[in-house]
Amino acid sequence: MSTTTVAHHEEHADHPSGIMRWLTTTNHKDIGTMYLTFSLIMFFIGGSMILAIRAELFQPGLQLLNPEFFNQLIGVHALIMIFAALMPAATGFANWMIPLQIGAPDMALPRLNNWGFWLLPPSAILLTLPFTLALFGIGDGALATGWTFYPPLSVQGGIGVDFAIFAVHLLGISSVLGSINIIVTLFNMRAPGMTLMKMPMFAWGWLITAFLLVATIPVLAGAVTMLLTDRHFGTHFFDAAGGGDPIMFQHLFWFFGHPEVYILLLPVWGFIPQILETFSRKPMYGYKAQVYSLWAIGALAVVVWAHHFFTAGMPVPALLYFMYSTMAISLPLAVLFFCWIKTMWKGSMSFETPMLFAVGWIILFGIGGLTGLVLADVAADAQYHNSYFVVAHFHYTLFAGGIMGIMAGTYYWLPKMTGHMYSEKLGKLHFWLTAISFNLTFIPQFFLGLAGMPRRIPDYALQFAEFNMISSIAAFVLGFSQLLFVYNIVSCARGGKKATDQVWEGAKGLEWTLPSPPPYHSFTEQPIIK
Amino acid sequence: MQVLKKIGLGIAVMLASFNAFADYAWNFPTPATPMAADTLHVHNKFMTITGIIFIVVLAIMIYAIFAHRKSKNFKPVTDKVPSTAVEIFWTLIPFAILLLIDFVIMGIPAYHSVVMMENTRDKATMVIKITGSQWRWQYEYMDGDAQGIKFVSNLSTPKEQTDKGFKGVKDEHYLLEVDNHLVLPVGEKVRVLMTATDVLHNWWVPQFGSSRVAVPGFIRETWVQVEVPGTYRGQCKELCGKGHGYMPIVVDALPMAEYKLWVAAKKEELAKAAAGADKVWTKEDLMANGKTVYEKNCAVCHQVTGAGLPPAFPALTGSKIANGPIFGADGKYLKDGHLDRVLNGVRVMPSWKAVLNDTEIASVITYERNGLGNAVGDVLQPAQVKAARQ
Ligand code: HEC
Ligand code: HEM
Ligand SMILES: [Cu+2]
Ligand SMILES: [Cu+2]
Repeated sequence: MSTTTVAHHEEHADHPSGIMRWLTTTNHKDIGTMYLTFSLIMFFIGGSMILAIRAELFQPGLQLLNPEFFNQLIGVHALIMIFAALMPAATGFANWMIPLQIGAPDMALPRLNNWGFWLLPPSAILLTLPFTLALFGIGDGALATGWTFYPPLSVQGGIGVDFAIFAVHLLGISSVLGSINIIVTLFNMRAPGMTLMKMPMFAWGWLITAFLLVATIPVLAGAVTMLLTDRHFGTHFFDAAGGGDPIMFQHLFWFFGHPEVYILLLPVWGFIPQILETFSRKPMYGYKAQVYSLWAIGALAVVVWAHHFFTAGMPVPALLYFMYSTMAISLPLAVLFFCWIKTMWKGSMSFETPMLFAVGWIILFGIGGLTGLVLADVAADAQYHNSYFVVAHFHYTLFAGGIMGIMAGTYYWLPKMTGHMYSEKLGKLHFWLTAISFNLTFIPQFFLGLAGMPRRIPDYALQFAEFNMISSIAAFVLGFSQLLFVYNIVSCARGGKKATDQVWEGAKGLEWTLPSPPPYHSFTEQPIIK
Repeated sequence: MQVLKKIGLGIAVMLASFNAFADYAWNFPTPATPMAADTLHVHNKFMTITGIIFIVVLAIMIYAIFAHRKSKNFKPVTDKVPSTAVEIFWTLIPFAILLLIDFVIMGIPAYHSVVMMENTRDKATMVIKITGSQWRWQYEYMDGDAQGIKFVSNLSTPKEQTDKGFKGVKDEHYLLEVDNHLVLPVGEKVRVLMTATDVLHNWWVPQFGSSRVAVPGFIRETWVQVEVPGTYRGQCKELCGKGHGYMPIVVDALPMAEYKLWVAAKKEELAKAAAGADKVWTKEDLMANGKTVYEKNCAVCHQVTGAGLPPAFPALTGSKIANGPIFGADGKYLKDGHLDRVLNGVRVMPSWKAVLNDTEIASVITYERNGLGNAVGDVLQPAQVKAARQ
C-alpha cells in the first residue's frame, strides 16, 4: 500500500524503497499498516484452524482429525486470535491514529516501534512451526494444552509447548515495547493545550491498556518460564511431588489472563464512542464518566482473576471475594453502556458501515457482558465452567466485542488511511452476514453448554448433534463472509472514490483535519488546542 | 426492509430447525441433587434478570435507531452541557440499580449457594474417593459397609465406533457409557474426595450440579446427594490430553436396600479376584485375561497391535523392556524392568499399581511378552506380583 502522497514527496526522497522500506521503517503509519496487515493475515490463519474444528464437530464421530491434532488446533487458534490477530490490530490502530489524534509528528520511540512489530512474525512462526516439523517426523506437533498452558498437562507435552513458550515470550516483549512507546507518546507528545482530560477516548483506552500490559505481561513471562524449567531443568514449581502446586500456575496465568481480556477491549471501548459521536452528529456523552469508568475497569481487572477457576477449589472467603469483585466490574461497564447509548439518543443518526458495526457491537458485547455477570456466580459456574456456555460467552466478548469492534474501526478510518472510500454496499453486506452468522454460530453453543457439553472435546454424545450442526454451518458462513472484508479493504487501498479530509460529515478530531491520506510526517507543526 | 426480511428469514429457519427436535434440552438437565436444584434456580433467576436488562436497553436503543435518524430529518439536540452534579447524578442511577441487582438480588442467593456447595461434611453419611487418570476414573469407598470396594471405570463404547470414519449406527449412549458404574445410595449425603494421578481432570455430572477439579497430589472435596433413583451420565471437563473426550462418568443411584445388595455382591466379586491372586494360573488363562486388560487399558497409547505411536508412545512389539528380564538375581524385580515399568510408570507412562489388581498386572505382562509379536515364553504369576508389591 504505497499511499503516501505526492504533496510531501521531497521529504522522503531518501527513504529506502521496496522490502527495505518495510524492514527498516520507523514511520508510525508504515508500522501501523504492517501491524494491521499482519493481524488480518493471522485472523484468517486462526480462522481456518477453527473451521477445521467446526468441520470435525459437524456431526458425532471422528471424521477428519485425530484427537491430538484437534487439541493442537484449538490452543493455537486461541493464541493466534488473541496475540496475533486482535492485539496487533489494536496496536496497528494505535500506531496509525494516536499521533494523528494528539497532533504529534510520529510516535515517541520510532525504532522501538519497528522492533515491536518485527518480533511478531517470528513468534507467529514459532507457534505454527511444530505443525510443519511434525510432518517431517520431528516432535509430535504444536501445543496441545489449550491456550491456557495448564500443568501438569503442559509439563507432559512435547516440543510444541516449548515453541509456544518462546512465542509467548516474544509476543510479550513486543507488547511491552509497544506499550512503553504509547505511554511515552501520550505523556510527551500531545499538542499544546491538549490536557489529559482533553485526550481523545481512543488514547485513553490505549493508555490504560498499556499500563495493564506493562503490569501483567511480566507475570505471564515468569509463569511460562517456570513451566519451562519444570519441563527441562528439574524444578517442581507446579509438581506436588516436589512441593509445588499445579493450581499456582492458574493463579499466575490468570493474573495476566483476566486483565488481558480488558487489554484487548479497552482500545475498542476508546474508539467506539468516537464512531458513535461521528454518526450521531452529537458529541459523546459523559466524557469524564467514561474516562473514570475505564480507569475503574483497569483497576478491577487485576483483582478478579480467580473467577476463571472457581472449580479448582478455594476457601469460601476467596470464592466470595472473587465472586463479588467480578460482579463489581458490571458497575463501571454499565456506566459505559449508558454513555454510549446516551450519545446516540436524540442524535441525528445515519448508518454507514462503521456505525452499523458499532451499534451491532453494543448489542452483542452486551450479551457477552451480561453472561459474564452470570458466570461470576460461583455455584452456577460449577455448571458453566469449561462447558460450551463459556465458549459462547467469551466469543461474544472477544469476537463481537473485540474483532467486530476492530471492523468498525477499520471501516471508520480506512478512507483516512487510504484516501479512498470503500464500497458501502459491500461493507453493509459484510456487516449483516457477519452479525447474523455470528449469532447463529454462538447462540447454539450457549444451549450446548447448558445441556452439558464440555469444551475441548473432539467427539460428542448423540444428544448434542443438532446444535453442533447449526453452529458448524453458521461458522462456515461467518468465515467465508470475511473474504468480503478483505476484498473491500484491498480494493479501497487500490483506488476508488476520493475521500475528503473530513471523510464523515460528523467527524470531529485532529485526524480529520489532515488530508486523506495524511502526509508522511503527520503534523510537522503542532496544532494548538484551545 | 431488505434487512428485516433477512432477519425474519434467519429466525424462521432457526425456529423451524429447533422445532424438529422438540425434546431438546434448552436449559440445565433435570436436577437430581439439592445442589443442582439450587444451581438451576439461581441460573433461571439470573438469566431472567439479565434478560430483562438486555431487552429494556435494547428497546431504548432500537427506538432511538428508528426515531433519531438523519434520514427522518431529526435534528441532534445538544446534551445540555451538564453541570458536573447532573452528570454524576445521571450516571449514578444505573449505578445504583446495578448495585442492588448485583449485590442484593443476585448477591444474596449466590452467597447461600456458595456456602451450601462448600459444606461437604455436615450430615455426610459416607465418603468416597474419586481418582482421575488418563483416561479413566477410579472409585473407592472409604467407610461403612462398602469400605474397601475399589474399581476402575472405563469407556465402554466399542472402539470401532469411536474410530475415525465409522459409518454405522452408534450406541444410544455413545461416549457416555462405562464398564463399571459408580453406585450410590439414594438420599444419602456423600462426601466426595477428589484427586488425580497424572494431570488435572474434572468430575462433572450435570444433573448433580457439582464439578470439581481433580489435582494430582492434592485432595479436593465436594458432595452429592442424589434424591431420585436413576442412571446419571457425565464427562471429564478439564482438558487432560488426547483421551479427554473419552472418559465419561456413569452413576447408578439405587434405593438403600438395593444399594446394600450391590455392596454385598461387589465385595464377593472382589474377594474372588483376590483369591485368584493366590492360585497358579495357566499361560492360556493369563493370555486371554491379559488381552482384555491390555485392550481396555493400554491400547489407547500402545495401540491394539503393540506398534505404539512413536515418538510419543513407544512400541511394545520388540521393546527391550517388554522382552527383557523381569527379576534380577536377587529375586527382586529389576529397576526399569517390565514389572517395574507397569507397576510404577515413568514420565508419561502411568503407574498401574493402584489401578490394576495382581491378576490383571500378571496377565497383561504375560500378554505383552507372548503376544503383540513378542515371544519371550515366560509367564508372570499373580502371586509374584503380590510379592513384588511388598
Ligand atoms: C497414557 C498413555 C499410556 C498408557 C495408557 C500406557 N502406556 Fe505404557 N508407556 C507409555 C509411554 C509414554 C511410555 C514410554 C515412557 C518413557 O520411557 O518415557 C510407555 C512405556 C511402556 C513400557 C516400556 C516400553 C519401552 O520399551 O520403553 C511398557 C512395558 C508399557 N508401557 C506397558 C504398558 C502397559 C502394560 C499398559 C497398560 C496397563 C500401558 N503401558 C499403558 C504410555 C502409556
Ligand atoms: C469484557 C470483555 C470480556 C472478555 C474479553 C472476557 C473473556 C473471557 C474468556 C476468554 C473466558 C474463558 C476462560 C476459559 O478459558 O475458561 C471468560 C470466562 C469468564 N468470564 Fe469473561 N470476559 C469478558 C467480560 C466478562 C465480564 C464483564 C464478566 C463478569 C462481570 C466476566 C466473567 C467471566 C467469568 C466469571 C468467567 C469464567 C467462566 C468459567 O471459566 O467457568 N467476563 N471470559
Ligand atoms: Cu476473567
Ligand atoms: Cu479430561
